[in-house]
Amino acid sequence: MPVESNETIVALATAAGRGSVGIVRLSGARSLEIANRLLGFDPKPRHAHFCPFKDQDGEQIDEGVALFFKAPHSFTGEDVLELQAHGGPVILDMLIRSACALGARMAEPGEFSRRAFLNDKIDLVQAEAISDLINSSSEQAARSAVLSLQGEFSKQIERLVEGLIKLRMFVEAAIDFPEEEIDFLAESDVLNQTESLHKSLLRLQDSAKQGALLSEGIRVVIAGKPNAGKSSLLNALAGKESAIVTEIAGTTRDVLKEQILIDGMPLHIIDTAGLRDSDDRVEQIGIQRAWQEINQADRILLVYDANDQDCASLADLWPEFMAKLSQQDHVTFIRNKIDLMNEKAGLDQQDGFPVLSLSAKQTDGIDILRKHLKACVGFENLAEGVYTARRRHLQALQEAEEAVHRGRDALVTHNAGELLAEELRIAQDALGQITGRFSADDLLGEIFSSFCIGK
Amino acid sequence: MDYPTRFDVIVIGGGHAGTEAALAAARMGAEVLLLTHNIETLGQMSCNPAIGGIGKTHLVKEIDALDGAMAKATDLAGIQFRVLNSRKGPAVRATRAQADRILYKAAIRSMLENTPGLHIFQQAADDLLVENDRVTGVVTNMGLRFHAASVVLTTGTFLGGVIHIGMENHSGGRAGDPPSIALAKRLRELPFRVGRLKTGTPPRIDARSVDFSKMEVQPGDEPVPVMSYMGRAEDHPAQIPCYVTYTNERTHEIIRAGFDRSPMYTGVIEGTGPRYCPSIEDKINRFSDKDSHQIFVEPEGLNTHELYPNGISTSLPFDVQLQAVRSIAGFENAHITRPGYAIEYDYFNPQDLKHSLETKFIENLFFAGQINGTTGYEEAAAQGLLAGTNAVLKARGEASWCPRRDEAYIGVLVDDLITLGTSEPYRMFTSRAEYRLLLREDNADLRLTETGRRLGLVGDDRWRFFDEKNTLIEAERTRLQTTWIQPGSEQASRADKYLERPLTREYSLADLLRRPEFNYEKIAQVMDNPCSRRDVAEQLEIQVKYEGYISRQQDEIERLKKHENTPLPLDFDYASISGLSNEICQKLTDIRPETIAQASRIPGVTPAAVSLLLVYLKKRDLASGTKRQKSA
Repeated sequence: MPVESNETIVALATAAGRGSVGIVRLSGARSLEIANRLLGFDPKPRHAHFCPFKDQDGEQIDEGVALFFKAPHSFTGEDVLELQAHGGPVILDMLIRSACALGARMAEPGEFSRRAFLNDKIDLVQAEAISDLINSSSEQAARSAVLSLQGEFSKQIERLVEGLIKLRMFVEAAIDFPEEEIDFLAESDVLNQTESLHKSLLRLQDSAKQGALLSEGIRVVIAGKPNAGKSSLLNALAGKESAIVTEIAGTTRDVLKEQILIDGMPLHIIDTAGLRDSDDRVEQIGIQRAWQEINQADRILLVYDANDQDCASLADLWPEFMAKLSQQDHVTFIRNKIDLMNEKAGLDQQDGFPVLSLSAKQTDGIDILRKHLKACVGFENLAEGVYTARRRHLQALQEAEEAVHRGRDALVTHNAGELLAEELRIAQDALGQITGRFSADDLLGEIFSSFCIGK
Repeated sequence: MDYPTRFDVIVIGGGHAGTEAALAAARMGAEVLLLTHNIETLGQMSCNPAIGGIGKTHLVKEIDALDGAMAKATDLAGIQFRVLNSRKGPAVRATRAQADRILYKAAIRSMLENTPGLHIFQQAADDLLVENDRVTGVVTNMGLRFHAASVVLTTGTFLGGVIHIGMENHSGGRAGDPPSIALAKRLRELPFRVGRLKTGTPPRIDARSVDFSKMEVQPGDEPVPVMSYMGRAEDHPAQIPCYVTYTNERTHEIIRAGFDRSPMYTGVIEGTGPRYCPSIEDKINRFSDKDSHQIFVEPEGLNTHELYPNGISTSLPFDVQLQAVRSIAGFENAHITRPGYAIEYDYFNPQDLKHSLETKFIENLFFAGQINGTTGYEEAAAQGLLAGTNAVLKARGEASWCPRRDEAYIGVLVDDLITLGTSEPYRMFTSRAEYRLLLREDNADLRLTETGRRLGLVGDDRWRFFDEKNTLIEAERTRLQTTWIQPGSEQASRADKYLERPLTREYSLADLLRRPEFNYEKIAQVMDNPCSRRDVAEQLEIQVKYEGYISRQQDEIERLKKHENTPLPLDFDYASISGLSNEICQKLTDIRPETIAQASRIPGVTPAAVSLLLVYLKKRDLASGTKRQKSA
């Protein structure tokens, strides 16, 4: 729920992952106080300070330029702090995290502009654009959130929320239905459940921080006939040897996955087994799995050998493959091995498909490919990147974890079920930012369907 | 004929909503007509003979804080008092009372008759006088026309009421009372969205045919609690116990065998019943693994033998009811005095109401009570009081009043109803309140009495009583905060008795009270001349113990206040806001929230949508500002 401007908000002001300088912006009454902690001194209004940026514990994160604007002479009309840091997503993320730890909260999409508008810093003519901005940036945020929420991470969150709802069911039922025959608290072993929930939250936070669960992002499939150079392309993109590259057709029997970051955007690259008819059972399984991956992918890189003169048009290149493919518009043709023909790398259009000529082996044209991938998934335009989405999710996890921790203490120290209930509600609200709101009535519904209640 | 006196407010209906509405309006100094089809049933408890419960009591205390009738009447009629959740925290404690029906009714009737400006008239209301979408009066069934500035409709289950016992059914407002058919028909012609709900009651039993030795005794609490802040246990009538017994496998077999004649399972009843108050057939059907269900055997009064077996509400045919009752321990020879029944009735979608409970379509017309889809005396009374108050404010052309969600359960109740609507009879639970730790039964007066006084609802006696208590609390709080205990002092040694390790630094009494080892009683041992008033001591103890939580909740409230105070016009054209999704636009158009805060509470309305609303509002203001400048 958005709240009014007495809260201090923080966000990345530059497009995610773009450029060599990234700007983190804070706005709100506590900006100066937070600036003092991050910089170690009170910045002078409208002065550029080149100085180290520290985290909430005083550890240096980066150094860069800090600018402070005193209300009302700022973009939003509130106290504003701008930190210009090196553009890497990890550093910018750490700055945002530190600001949050010091009392800011992540801004809603478009919130800076909204505040500027509501504080009369933008006139009516400019304001026409504000609605569009709020709309487009919240759509982007939603898309980024979906990207951040794939796979194991989301499954674990779901399990957590289930556990939390079950626990709340007992705690709330004990409060609202004391005259029932069931001793809700005794029956469910509330303390143990609370502690195990707390442990799960800590574990999930840990693994999320290490990136193990959050590293899934955009799915890119590398497909192509045997020996077209798929594994070499993967290695070139990933920048290290991860697939066995040999000259023998059919070497890659399994679906290989590699996570790489392109300017902070996680790419989940899948290298499929060479797609050819085969009697080898192991290889057949590989092929089957490859097709599954292909049909789920956000982008398909179809690799072929530029020296292969079999085809006049792309459709003729591999008709049986194109026929089986459900998402033709996700395909980019990769014309590999141009080094053997002394051609220059570059992006072209042919028969309505993008065609990229490169040499995976010489890593010539790989930069163009990276840029192309970013453009294809709209990453360049994401004002609100996947990192920001993850930061939100981590922030929510942390809020939930702290609440459950306090709730456990309230139960142990004061035997106060109503305080535990309050903390669990806060935890649920926090996780609700990831999974969607869970209302009081939803909870009552769970209680009534699980217990026979009522006179 | 036209009745010669013009009233400020007419209240239709004399149940819990109607009586609180009429009393509230009259306390504010209005000339009030209470129109009831039967003076003898004013203040009737038509369902179970009890007031209060978790969440419900909180409403009763709030009514009391606004000088309403319910808590006072309960103290005069209560025959067994218990504090529920007494071992849990103060925020979730709730005083509940069994009430003698006759005494309760008499207490309410006496208050009605002794309130200046309140006039009672016995006649069914058949029609509303409406001019230009504004109500101007009421027509009774003999054609008498009463005129008033505001009308409060509190017709309970009487609109289109149908009573079911087995496969038999007939029209009825309540057992023994006729329904309001003409009025229901008239209201259905107005643009309100109407739905059907269902509720039920158990068969009543003659105590002389019951063997109590086979049941558990459930005595009231000692010392006997009171319901009203100003209540005194000496004013209670004689106290008697309740009993507890249980259904068994045999009972369940009998009931299952009657399913083919159950109006619920054969589709005769279409209305939705409450999930938390299921009929016995529903309990047995849905929780078939349970071989026994609890029944609270509640006396209906001191001078009657009728018992209310709470827990076996049913609409099964009478022969099944009798057989089932007689299979229960203690009821082997039970005589049923009134069969159990289910009642289906019309309710109006509360989303068509404003926070003041005024309808959005017909000005000066207010709805309160079960007509809005709620269940329970307490929920009805709370709405009645609010509607009565706002009916007067509207008549005077003053701004309406409704407590916010953080100020009162009344606020939670109304906001839930008008924002979310309801598909089953709505009952209050503490889990519905996000500010549960602030909204306690012990502090409703601190939350509301001052506002009530400002509105003219709170009389001099209560105001003096409140003022004195409040002054004492403030003084005692200051004392606790400014009295310091030095380690090694004589006072410290008194404190050390309760501590594992003696004090090593200076502590204020408030600091000590905050520690889990202490309560006010123990602090009283440490200090000189402790405060002797229990309500004051309790208040301080609770405030200090919850301090951290309360201040955190208050921060949140402060943050949200601006949105609560940002009004959205009711005629807002949501379709004209570019960027709102169709789904959100539809919801906002259906519900027409009165504030930004209310809009944000509608399920599905996203923070981005709220931003768009804020921006649009501001744009509109700017645009109209520019226009004004140009024309000037």
